[in-house]
Amino acid sequence: MKVVVDMNKCQDHGQCVFAAPDVFRMDDDGRLAYVPDPDGALRDEVEEAADVCPLQAIRIED
Amino acid sequence: MGGHIVVAGASLGGLRAAEQLRAAGWTGGITVIGDEPHRPYNRPPLSKEVLAGKASFASLAFTPKASAADVEWRLGTRVTAARLAERAVELHDGSVLSYDGLVVATGMRPRRLRCPGPLAGRHTVRMIDDAQVLRDELTRPGVRVVVVGAGFIGCEVAATAVGLGAAEVTVVDPLPLPMVGPLGEMLARVLLARHEERGVSFVLGSGVTGFEGDDRVTGVVLSDGSVLPADVVVESVGSLANTEWLDGNGLDLSDGVLTDQHLRVGGRPEVVAVGDVARFPNPRYDGVPRRVEHWSMPADSAKHAAKVLVGGDAGVAPFAPLPTFWSDQHDFRLQSFGAPVLGLGDVRVLDGDPSGDVLVGYHRDGRLVGVVALGGPSAARAAARYRADLLKQPALTS
Repeated sequence: MKVVVDMNKCQDHGQCVFAAPDVFRMDDDGRLAYVPDPDGALRDEVEEAADVCPLQAIRIED
Repeated sequence: MGGHIVVAGASLGGLRAAEQLRAAGWTGGITVIGDEPHRPYNRPPLSKEVLAGKASFASLAFTPKASAADVEWRLGTRVTAARLAERAVELHDGSVLSYDGLVVATGMRPRRLRCPGPLAGRHTVRMIDDAQVLRDELTRPGVRVVVVGAGFIGCEVAATAVGLGAAEVTVVDPLPLPMVGPLGEMLARVLLARHEERGVSFVLGSGVTGFEGDDRVTGVVLSDGSVLPADVVVESVGSLANTEWLDGNGLDLSDGVLTDQHLRVGGRPEVVAVGDVARFPNPRYDGVPRRVEHWSMPADSAKHAAKVLVGGDAGVAPFAPLPTFWSDQHDFRLQSFGAPVLGLGDVRVLDGDPSGDVLVGYHRDGRLVGVVALGGPSAARAAARYRADLLKQPALTS
């Protein structure tokens, strides 16, 4: 599973961090950081993160 | 599982319902019916990025999950009537669809002001087509804008209009402060000052009684008889639930459609409601049925409703979402978790200071029921900590 975040769209809402804390986090400046190739076992939470992103900036590629 | 599920409404709630039906194991047919000609798109940018010209329709359209690829979309039409006892709905084009399951996802429409005067020059921002027309009006040189309604959408539009360089931007509201209903007096005062510093004028404690102009609006008549000159008027005075099509089925439609704790409608296991049209009890608070008009509701409710519609409620806990909303205005962001509106009687600063980044807590019977962050990353981080606390609290009911 490959995770792609469109950083031009991302506005640092952090909803993905709540949904998938193992994949997404906010750094000390409040900017999004993420694991681009997370374990497949995390798929459900990454899908949840993509659903709740207010900017719909998260894409999952297989 | 076979059969056919009809989803009435093709916005975010309709899309997520279709996807979550597949996720819950539904293999039968799914038909989604929507009155707009467009596939589902994201609405929050309408009052901000779309008006500001920073987002096109293509960038707003949701990308449906692959699991929903075989969903039938019937767009540009709408459900005009439901016959729940017969498990059938009638469409605007006269056709009748029978169903094994029905998802009510028809959402809300903007309330309009019923005042005398011309219609031209008056706008709402619920739909993409409205927003694109409004954008052209707001970018006219020297334009004078009057926004009726100082809620979140009204204040977002006012902020965007200032950012676009409008000559005058005035917000009118009968209440004494902007956004005071959902946020309470403390934050509302802070927000009023921040808007005024950035060029928005307010006429508060005043209603609108009419519009001046022949072919199109030239002024807004206030309740004291004075007139605000206006080239463009934006009406953001609340919304109405699209439930007329459910009339005649013995349902409680007094404010949206009443559901049980599993989002089922009318005691029927084969009918559920999702999104902001659903009025459901939330055991996280007091169990009083309420509609929630937040962006997070369609996804949260679709997940629960689809599971119950496909698999029944055995072993499924009642729907108990933690509401969350945000609002971007000028250069600041509001972020809310929980239900601040239930704790307006006891509002305290939990972190920071109202002159800068601040986190405000709302309490009921001494217990925290909601938080609102205003400002940048530090406020957001503080809000996230309290969000975890809010999630951990046991239900207030029972």
